[in-house]
Amino acid sequence: MSGRPILEVRDLRKHFLVSKGLFGAKTAVKAVDGVSFTVMPRESFAVVGESGCGKTTLGKLVLALEKPTSGQVLFEGSDMSALTGRELRKLRRRIQVIFQDPYSSLNPRMTVSDIVTEPWIIHDMHMDPKTRAKKLAKLLDDCGIAKTFLTRHPHEFSGGQRQRVGIARALALDPELVVADEPVSALDVSIQAQILNLLKDLQQERKLAYLFISHDFSVVRHLCTRIAVMYLGRVVETADSETLFNDPQHPYTEALLSAVPVPDPSIEKRRKRIILTGDVPSPLKPPSGCHFHPRCRYLKDACRVQDPALAEARPGHLAACPILPFKDRRSDAALIAL
Amino acid sequence: MEPVLSVRGLRTHFVTPERTVSAVDGLTYDLHPGKTLAVVGESGSGKSVHALSILRLLPEPPAKVVAGEILFRGRDLLRMSPEEIRSIRGDRIAMIFQEPMTSLNPVLRIGEQIAEAVILHQKSSKEKAWAKAADLLGKVGIPHPEERVHDFPHQFSGGMRQRAMIAIALSCEPDVLIADEPTTALDVTIQAQILELMKDLQREYHMAIILITHNIGVVAEMADDVAVMYAGRPVENAAVADLFKDPRHPYTKGLLASVPSIYCRKDRLAAIPGQPPDLGDGFTGCPFAPRCPAVMERCRTQDPPQFHLEGGRMANCWNVEDESKGRWHRFETSRGGA
Repeated sequence: MSGRPILEVRDLRKHFLVSKGLFGAKTAVKAVDGVSFTVMPRESFAVVGESGCGKTTLGKLVLALEKPTSGQVLFEGSDMSALTGRELRKLRRRIQVIFQDPYSSLNPRMTVSDIVTEPWIIHDMHMDPKTRAKKLAKLLDDCGIAKTFLTRHPHEFSGGQRQRVGIARALALDPELVVADEPVSALDVSIQAQILNLLKDLQQERKLAYLFISHDFSVVRHLCTRIAVMYLGRVVETADSETLFNDPQHPYTEALLSAVPVPDPSIEKRRKRIILTGDVPSPLKPPSGCHFHPRCRYLKDACRVQDPALAEARPGHLAACPILPFKDRRSDAALIAL
Repeated sequence: MEPVLSVRGLRTHFVTPERTVSAVDGLTYDLHPGKTLAVVGESGSGKSVHALSILRLLPEPPAKVVAGEILFRGRDLLRMSPEEIRSIRGDRIAMIFQEPMTSLNPVLRIGEQIAEAVILHQKSSKEKAWAKAADLLGKVGIPHPEERVHDFPHQFSGGMRQRAMIAIALSCEPDVLIADEPTTALDVTIQAQILELMKDLQREYHMAIILITHNIGVVAEMADDVAVMYAGRPVENAAVADLFKDPRHPYTKGLLASVPSIYCRKDRLAAIPGQPPDLGDGFTGCPFAPRCPAVMERCRTQDPPQFHLEGGRMANCWNVEDESKGRWHRFETSRGGA
């Protein structure tokens, strides 16, 4: 893809200060620690990682809901942290968000109609009643919400229907970039499939770019074309989706992919699984050198001290591991290219 | 081989003054020693209620087991006195839950919670029970168990808490372990660890596992046999390989097709349209009929019985009637004399 990126994140950092005890010394939790990537218009870019890796904080930074400690978020080339309140508000129209939990992200006292049209009020988009009705009807239709729902409240709906309302609200302003933070992880599989198909259709129809935040590789593979894998606040690998799944270059990505159970017993019986030992270390006290080294199966002495930077494994494929390339070690790896 | 646990036509209702919800409706399966049976279904399908029915942990009222039997080594758990069921619960049949944080007591040391079951069921001394607790913690893979046994639950990570729960469940070397969504709250790499641990311990203790899950990947990895539930009904029973290779019930087919996999990128997921019925509404005919792609006229009016097929399979669908060659069963709707 060529042209100007819609979103550019440059060496973004967000450190939270936490104190140990009432009078204890303050320590910085580096929730996001030097993350850079770009998202092109109409692209779906995924940020994948386990809990505590900083992916949600990253989403909040992109939405300008959190102020970065350092680094920049550029939306179509303009630095969001340098904008005035009014300018930022104008920009917000073009960046919208879909949340994980369709139960807590909709106001229980508002009707579906109020929820979906509230963005128009907030952004002073006055329309004559006819245009407004037409626009609303189209929006609901696109999101698969029946007209009869308009006067009803969120508690009357199931999780999947609520998530549709959340999506309609996000799309009411015709945004160009949608940040979706785990939009399907609270849903049952058969409903999850409906919502994923919907997100895909809407992207094509409305020419959206997605920043898709998820812990679920299967979902990401279905929807996204490029992926960044995060571990303890850093991006450890980024590549286009097919390359990442077929030839992961970072040991963490490899283990993460191998840990995902595959819905096919014949593959499950054949494949050899990499089981990582231990838990994700506390972000309060990340390990020295490469953050992943205590759990890494390719550990070399240098990894304990050397902090690896992202390096190009092949064009467009970056990985932060100094013992690249791994190409020949994939014989026993978990992936069976099918 | 004699099944260790046999569920026959289990029917559990929740009765309130306004309405009766039929949460489990005719569930039937056999669990064999040393094997894993996965009970699969989406939220509200009755899979957890069935587990609580086995252990008689449901509050009565509003819950009531209205029909069926649960034979454990040939004896009906539903007809046992409270004293008898107490001596089996936690000793011969143990259970682990989804939320390891809320199922551990936050003000008791881990060791105390493991020792409790040992003291109760094995009448051992406190010292012996604590020594066993440390031993068990080591067995479930917690480093430095002699020290960690004195920790409180908040000092453990999510994965470690689930390991501690497993240690409690294993303390009396049960014949049956019921695991209700044991890895749903955990990250994938930790999930892989816990599943591996469960497999190892199953081999060691020759324990039968009832694995309740909504994750099709986990089923493929762990199960020998599968019971699929929909709207409280058992829709299909089969060996895991048969089920994935050739699902017979339209719901199973839809469920398997709607799961995204990391191994193949599908352009669109085959979502099941609509959503599960409200169990309180009462429906005539097959509960899946409104969403079923293979629906026939009689499905809307006539309730299908459980049809028995080749290879010990069962499908609750009119479409397999011919294939069943007249071998079918319909369970009673109320408990005679109980």
